Amino acid sequence: MSLLRSRRAIPYLLMAPGLLWLLLFFVIPNVQMLVFSLSEGTLRTGFTTPPDVWDIDNYTGSISRFSDNFSNSIVYGGLATILCFLIGYPLAYAIAFKGGRWKNLLLFLVIAPFFTSFLIRTISWKIILGNDGPALAVARDFLHLVPANFSIIGTPLAVVGGLTYQFLPFMVLPLYVSIEKVDRRLIEAAQDLYAGPWRRGGLVAGAIFGAFALVALQVGLGYGAFVGEDAAPAAVVAAGLIGAVGGGLVGAFLISQSFIRVTFPLSLPGVFAASILTFIPAIGDYVNPQLLGSPKTQMVGNVIQGRFLDQNDYPIAAALAFLLMAGILIAIFLYARLLGTEELTGGTA
Amino acid sequence: MTAVGGSTGPATGAGAAVAGAGPSAGRRLAGFVDRWLLRLFTIAAIGYLMVPILVMIVFSFNKPEGKFNFVWAQFSLDAWATPLNRPGLSDALWTSILVAIVGTFFATILGTLIALALVRYRFRGRNATNLFIFVPMATPEIVLGASLLTIFVSTATLEPFKSIIPSGIFYPLGLPTIIIAHIMFNISYVVVTVKARIQGFDRHLEEAAMDLGANEWTTFWKVTFPLIRPGIVAAALLAFSLSIDDFIVTNFTSGLVNTFPVWVWGTIRNNLPPQVHVIGTAIFLIAVGGVAFATWLQSRGGRTVAMRPR
Repeated sequence: MSLLRSRRAIPYLLMAPGLLWLLLFFVIPNVQMLVFSLSEGTLRTGFTTPPDVWDIDNYTGSISRFSDNFSNSIVYGGLATILCFLIGYPLAYAIAFKGGRWKNLLLFLVIAPFFTSFLIRTISWKIILGNDGPALAVARDFLHLVPANFSIIGTPLAVVGGLTYQFLPFMVLPLYVSIEKVDRRLIEAAQDLYAGPWRRGGLVAGAIFGAFALVALQVGLGYGAFVGEDAAPAAVVAAGLIGAVGGGLVGAFLISQSFIRVTFPLSLPGVFAASILTFIPAIGDYVNPQLLGSPKTQMVGNVIQGRFLDQNDYPIAAALAFLLMAGILIAIFLYARLLGTEELTGGTA
Repeated sequence: MTAVGGSTGPATGAGAAVAGAGPSAGRRLAGFVDRWLLRLFTIAAIGYLMVPILVMIVFSFNKPEGKFNFVWAQFSLDAWATPLNRPGLSDALWTSILVAIVGTFFATILGTLIALALVRYRFRGRNATNLFIFVPMATPEIVLGASLLTIFVSTATLEPFKSIIPSGIFYPLGLPTIIIAHIMFNISYVVVTVKARIQGFDRHLEEAAMDLGANEWTTFWKVTFPLIRPGIVAAALLAFSLSIDDFIVTNFTSGLVNTFPVWVWGTIRNNLPPQVHVIGTAIFLIAVGGVAFATWLQSRGGRTVAMRPR
């Protein structure tokens, strides 16, 4: 009996040191941050914690005061996630279904950016997109596509571009895992049952999605301001048309019925997991807006790091960080309730 | 989790099947577009991922005109000849390496133990633990760093921490707090990576060893450990690369100590010497070499596990 009991304790003993570490340096710090977020004071004057009255002024105050930064975070993070999906899904699909003997090499190339520093990758984009950099040298000086005073650095486009690049592998890898798992026999079965190309449906669905994506990009990046207030609605319509034509072509030619009825639905849990895993780091980032953006494009992360590290205004910074954390916990909780935890955590029941 | 390489069937058959075998011209066109457009897209997307790395390597050979290495001026090997010739850079680099080695060592041990427990035992709270392990990976780095900063500051300024914890351990911030933070954020990645490996192996091998008279300790070291070692190596490599690269969490927990990324962040306000690109390139080449070597070691063992950061 005592042997049985001691065997039962084995998994808990194995996990104890690691879980203790996470308790001490992950759970307790977050609880302490919650306490800070409800208190007042500064590092120099000391903090009044725990507060006599549970005071949520830090929260209500910071939401209204930093609403621009919150909306920047959500819009840029959301756009970067959409762009990552548009680039990442075909890439993950190609690696999983058509990779053949190149599969391992392609996967390695997808994670290769992680072998250089995050900061240096962002600096590279500052070089590429800079006013004297190669991107504008081609678009402005060679092709004359944009006016002479046009710059990319300092605009939302640069920030969203940087975020998209940084977090693309976070999109591709979970998508790859979930597309790879799709049973090929189901696709063959669908084709035996006369699943063919998806011309009309693909045209319509692709056109609608393409138009939506480009309009979202255009509005989200605030390009109305570049073409002038009067021309802004026309520019949105133009973007929608371009998106519709592009999306329609892709939909009509590339998307087959077996893809839309079998492969895509089976990979949907992976799509949601990958989107969460991309969106979370994207909305919390402060390196890209700092190096590639301007004071107007600062995100919540910039405010948090400035308040914590430069101004020592811990209560407000803690409230902002906790809002970020709360939003993410809600997203994970919803995902876990709707789709289970397996795709996210890699656990098996 | 999928083991990549060897175990998966030929993918080319599925590709041909998707394209369809119908004879009509429209179908053939679609098949042609399908085959080539996706291929071109894949090449373009991979190229996009490589561009900033190439820019880093190219600009390590630049001799910038001003203080900032942002615009190409002329080819030069100066920065490669004097890679550490900047105040504080050498210290920062050694700190980075020390933190990565120590942090990886402890995170790999703690994470592997959790992974073993999660895969090998059925116990109450297992699913909850799986989810709990995932939460730090899903938490934005800025929250991880900010919360650690609040707790470290609290140990010096606030009750009850002030009287429980001797002063000087966590505050002022420094090397120990950086290492604590790196172990913390790496544990989850190690668990997930090792778990993927353990899930794939045959428990009957262990039972056979036990039947042949080995006790649990011997079985672990003679059977279990050699089988999961590739997973542990992959996890350690991943932890090392996350650690040596980390900026956001380190920025919050480093105080006055610099790691290489924190040094870059500090210097970029005033200048950006090409030495930054030289060291970035060197770290990249060493990391790629390390992964290639580990892959080669594993492929000698017959099976490979893809190294996945997520």
